[in-house]
Amino acid sequence: METVLIPVAIVSGLGLIFGIILSYVSVKYEVKADERIEAVRDVLPGANCGACGYSGCDGYAQAVVDGASITLCPVGGAGLVDSLSEIMGTGGKASEKMVARVMCNGTWDKVTIKFDYDGILDCRSVSTMAGGPSSCVYGCVGMGCCEKVCAFDAIVVENGLAKVIESKCTGCEKCVAECPKDIIKMVPARSQYAVVCSNEEKGAVARKNCKVACIACRRCVKECPQQAISIVNMRAIIDTSKCDNCGKCVEVCPTNAILKCGILCD
Amino acid sequence: MAFKRVFRGGVSTPHHKNTLKSETSVLGTPEKVIIPMVQHIGAPCTPTVKKGDTVKVGQIIGNSDAYVSSPIHSSVSGTITRVEPMLYASGKLVMSIEIQTDGKQEVYEGISPPEVNNREDFLKAIRNSGLVGLGGAGFPTHVKLNPPKDKDVDSLIINGAECEPYITSDYREMIENPTGIIEGIQLVLDYLNINNAIIGIEDNKPDAIKLLAETSKSDKRISIKSLSSRYPQGAEKMLIYATTGRTVLSGKLPADVGCIVLNVNTVSYIAQYLKTGMPLVQRRVTVDGSVVSNPQNVSVPIGTSLKDLFDFCGGFKSQPYKVLMGGPMMGIAQYSLETSVIKNTNAILAFDKKQGDLPEEWPCIRCGKCIQACPMNLLPLELNRLVMADKFEDLDRYHILDCIECGSCSYSCPSKRYLVQSIRIGKDAVKRKVNRV
Repeated sequence: METVLIPVAIVSGLGLIFGIILSYVSVKYEVKADERIEAVRDVLPGANCGACGYSGCDGYAQAVVDGASITLCPVGGAGLVDSLSEIMGTGGKASEKMVARVMCNGTWDKVTIKFDYDGILDCRSVSTMAGGPSSCVYGCVGMGCCEKVCAFDAIVVENGLAKVIESKCTGCEKCVAECPKDIIKMVPARSQYAVVCSNEEKGAVARKNCKVACIACRRCVKECPQQAISIVNMRAIIDTSKCDNCGKCVEVCPTNAILKCGILCD
Repeated sequence: MAFKRVFRGGVSTPHHKNTLKSETSVLGTPEKVIIPMVQHIGAPCTPTVKKGDTVKVGQIIGNSDAYVSSPIHSSVSGTITRVEPMLYASGKLVMSIEIQTDGKQEVYEGISPPEVNNREDFLKAIRNSGLVGLGGAGFPTHVKLNPPKDKDVDSLIINGAECEPYITSDYREMIENPTGIIEGIQLVLDYLNINNAIIGIEDNKPDAIKLLAETSKSDKRISIKSLSSRYPQGAEKMLIYATTGRTVLSGKLPADVGCIVLNVNTVSYIAQYLKTGMPLVQRRVTVDGSVVSNPQNVSVPIGTSLKDLFDFCGGFKSQPYKVLMGGPMMGIAQYSLETSVIKNTNAILAFDKKQGDLPEEWPCIRCGKCIQACPMNLLPLELNRLVMADKFEDLDRYHILDCIECGSCSYSCPSKRYLVQSIRIGKDAVKRKVNRV
């Protein structure tokens, strides 16, 4: 009987001693973790998209507490900045909610097809071949690189044209970096009107290449009460900071190159 | 039989040198020419003339201040009708000059043989001549001939390999103008103070080897090397290995192993320029392919449209399915016959559907044939897999930028995978990333 009891007593005694030491050490040498990291992590959207430039939301939470700017998360929008500044006790100007918009409306039926493309169906590859089979070398080639890279299913490619579903877009800008044609632009989500054309050719040429091209006729420039529209490189561009969404430009555009888009139209 | 050093990899392609025997015919003056401002690797030129100006043959119409660039001259006499971005061989819009010819072909007054007494004069003359590598890449020759001071160049390698199927424009130069080639080589050797020149010619052109050997007999500095007829023998690094046994390592240039490589057409043009002073305005182009009525070598003014060129060769036997600028292994497909011949165009090929159609792509069976075929010792199947999976960050580790896009892997693939095309996507992505950082 004794042979059993002695080892049990020894082990229990050791356990007791180590337990006391450990509990003493844990109180004495406690590492104070910043509870704000946890709090920041809780208000972040948790999309882990990396748009802030850090490795996911955990990385950004750590960075915010370490002093990084609190306006870097485009997904969370204005509400997030408010809650972050509350946690961090700092003021911060809210970053405006931005969405991606494909500045092209040239579906296959609006352009002429120059040649049959054979090979890898990838935007980058297609656009090295004479700028793609579409007659407009500036426009969307419709192979869906942006659709593939979008983690939020916010882009669909239909009839040779990518379209952003702006209500789903979080503004992570991954598609912007991916597009070999550079026709995806970030715009404030509140702006509803855009010249959805990227063609920089002269009016007549642009019109020949695509039925809905901006031909730089300046009618919208004259019509706009806010003087928000200007012609840059043979196409109209709406300055979203001046635009008040009146929609007069859409009415005068002869080629329907200006569209009402935005979250309301999805 | 002498021992032939052969590079590792490569493929044996059918030669299809149908135009070997065709003497170069001369295409007169086309009605109009379109001369793009990008005909070389380096900075594009800006037009120095405007719409309505009259120009003469050999007059400068585009120039650039950048060192790696080359001036562009008018190849015809006539009136400038358009100066605007136009369709280029790569399919992009590039600033170009359209000249309506007057048929007189008057030579510009300023043209006279340049005065060359030393190395500096020589390099300056080469730059003024607008000469770029006529073999295909179009690197400005004056830059090539001026390697960094710390590089000890001891060999001049002359590329007469012409390994791509169909093309015979270099071969015709060797047959029709052997003395010009040798004179050009001697000039380069003299002014650059090099004592050794090796002309590398594939052994499927025995008469060219014989002719050049005879012509260069009196000059002990020049030797001829017969190379095995294996694609891509004419690629710079393969050629250096085959002629000198030196290996150009990853990311290095021929000058790092003491070599300068020039095409046979390029050297013979150097001799011609120093004699006449006429800038590079004319070049020989091989026109061939299954649907061309009279395949032949044609000497054309630079800027001639493909349409004029094909018309000169009797038009098409049947509707062309694919038109290539360059050889079948590396050429660029053209979708319009409006594009024009530029300085580095060595061949224009037109094929029917049977020959031009791209085969269907099948899954990789990991047989490794592409690895055996790759002359640069890369793993094309791995590069393809990574690119298709968008894993661009790993590509650098597989040395994707070493790829010379010769097409040997695609050619040898039993699954007909689009290897080179995917590698091009990968190279582009890696380069963009490098630039961004």
